[in-house]
Amino acid sequence: MAHTNKSWKPFVYHLLVGGLALVMIYPILWLFASSLKPNDEIFATAYSLIPSRIEWKNYATGWAGFAGNSFDTFFKNSFFIAILSTIGAVISSALVAYGFSRIRFFGRGFWFACMMMTLMLPRDVTIIPQYIMFSKFGWLSSFKPIIVPQFFGIPFFIFLIMQFIRTVPVDLDEAAKIDGCSKYGIFFRVILPLTLPALVTAAIFSFYWTWEDFYHPLLYLNKPELYPVSLALKLFLDGESLNNWGGMFAMSSLSLVPVFIIFFLFQRYIVEGIATSGLKG
Amino acid sequence: MKLRHNDHVVGYLFSAPFILGFLIFTVFPMLSSLYYSFTNFNLLTSPDFVGLDNFRKMFTDDEKYWNSVKVTLHYVAASVPLRLAFALLVAMILNKAVTGIGLYRSAYYLPSLIGGSVAVSILWTQVFGDQGLVNSALGLLGIESNASWIGNPKTSLWTLIALSVWQFGSSMLIFLAGLKNIPKDYYEAASVDGAGSIRRFFKITLPLLSPIILFNLIMQTISAFMTFTPAYIISRGEGGPLDTTLLYSLYLYKRAFEFYEMGYASAMAWIMLVVIGILTLILFQTSRFWVHYESKGDR
Repeated sequence: MAHTNKSWKPFVYHLLVGGLALVMIYPILWLFASSLKPNDEIFATAYSLIPSRIEWKNYATGWAGFAGNSFDTFFKNSFFIAILSTIGAVISSALVAYGFSRIRFFGRGFWFACMMMTLMLPRDVTIIPQYIMFSKFGWLSSFKPIIVPQFFGIPFFIFLIMQFIRTVPVDLDEAAKIDGCSKYGIFFRVILPLTLPALVTAAIFSFYWTWEDFYHPLLYLNKPELYPVSLALKLFLDGESLNNWGGMFAMSSLSLVPVFIIFFLFQRYIVEGIATSGLKG
Repeated sequence: MKLRHNDHVVGYLFSAPFILGFLIFTVFPMLSSLYYSFTNFNLLTSPDFVGLDNFRKMFTDDEKYWNSVKVTLHYVAASVPLRLAFALLVAMILNKAVTGIGLYRSAYYLPSLIGGSVAVSILWTQVFGDQGLVNSALGLLGIESNASWIGNPKTSLWTLIALSVWQFGSSMLIFLAGLKNIPKDYYEAASVDGAGSIRRFFKITLPLLSPIILFNLIMQTISAFMTFTPAYIISRGEGGPLDTTLLYSLYLYKRAFEFYEMGYASAMAWIMLVVIGILTLILFQTSRFWVHYESKGDR
């Protein structure tokens, strides 16, 4: 009896856990499946994942875009914004994290407390004056209001990298100092190489957040040739979409492809990043 | 020539990006926003000081405002606890050494990874649309349903809540990490003492996870208050039907950037900040009664 008990338990476990997992990802699978269905079939057999014939045309009609701008432009814009923002966010956050965790300077505790507070500050409080400020700079309808602030350290990443620096023994700093390293030398030769995993995690999340950001492009970009993919998809939904669901699903699916690729390549960093610092995925 | 820097200078040099950014993009905007909240300001003319007018109008003369408060509180109160409950439940189920566990973990995490994107919001308009996935699946079960869940004022907000709960994955990962840190012998000792699984959950798992739960509760509550993209995309920027999905953040956006009432919107933002601040304080205060810190040495 005990033997049979043992053999059906894992089966039930996998059935339940696997079944629920399938329910969870079904909408995502459905999005990809619908992007390959002929337009008239998407809603006729909505529950189904299998198209009667594979309709690659959706990707061509979707990619063509609108108002003279194809998804060439939109993807290029998205990559430009996301890559530049990521570089800025990681470099600046690493510098600040090192300053906060390894250098004793006057007011350090105060600035650290300020950082922890900004971590919890709702965006809505600062967005209006920021908008006014950027419009005075003449930065509206350019990428600057989205990219430039990333170069000033992102609290979540500073915190994440600090957590990581804390695990690097201070003895290493001391040894490097005896060997003639300045604080700058210690940063470049000791801390940066040893915190590489945290930097990778920060880079991944920075890329994700700017890639899927909708709020700031909606606010600052008003020319279709500047639209990133997120904003272009919204325009797709507003406009001609009603007769080209296939094309819209195709472009929606494509917009998720970079996210999935990074996830499958760097899964470990993502999972650890979330677990150690509570970063939101 | 070799420059000798003392630590104060070097410290400020390294921290400069944050300090400058904090002053330029946080402190200065916050102070301006506070000032704007006492003014009439449409961007074209300079701000016109009106005292507490914006706040008076908000509280006594703007039905849409109270509606958006109600909708937002409903959204936060439903989505945050449900999301955390799912996250904890699934984390406990997955906290096992079973083959394929990594695959399951990824599957449960994926929605949370992409959930904030426009693509998923667009997908959602179809999942809960009149001919969408949900109605189609109900049809298979023999339940006739042809109405859009998004177009129905009774269910529209729940489609947003469902979207939020669906993204429990990142909290689940945090809980999983927390569960791994609970020593196995606690459970074994409790079992020997005759504690059942429910008792073990309430006496061991929950207390030891409570600091993590508190952290999640606060962060998720704040981000729930700021929810914008799904409400904007799914309601096509309107917050409908009948303003049932007009979340606070969306209403603030419309006031500021569609009607250019910067003063009024700034006043709204400050009320939001105060409410979030108070809620966070309350959560911290109540934590004394339910959050367990091992370092106190009472174990």
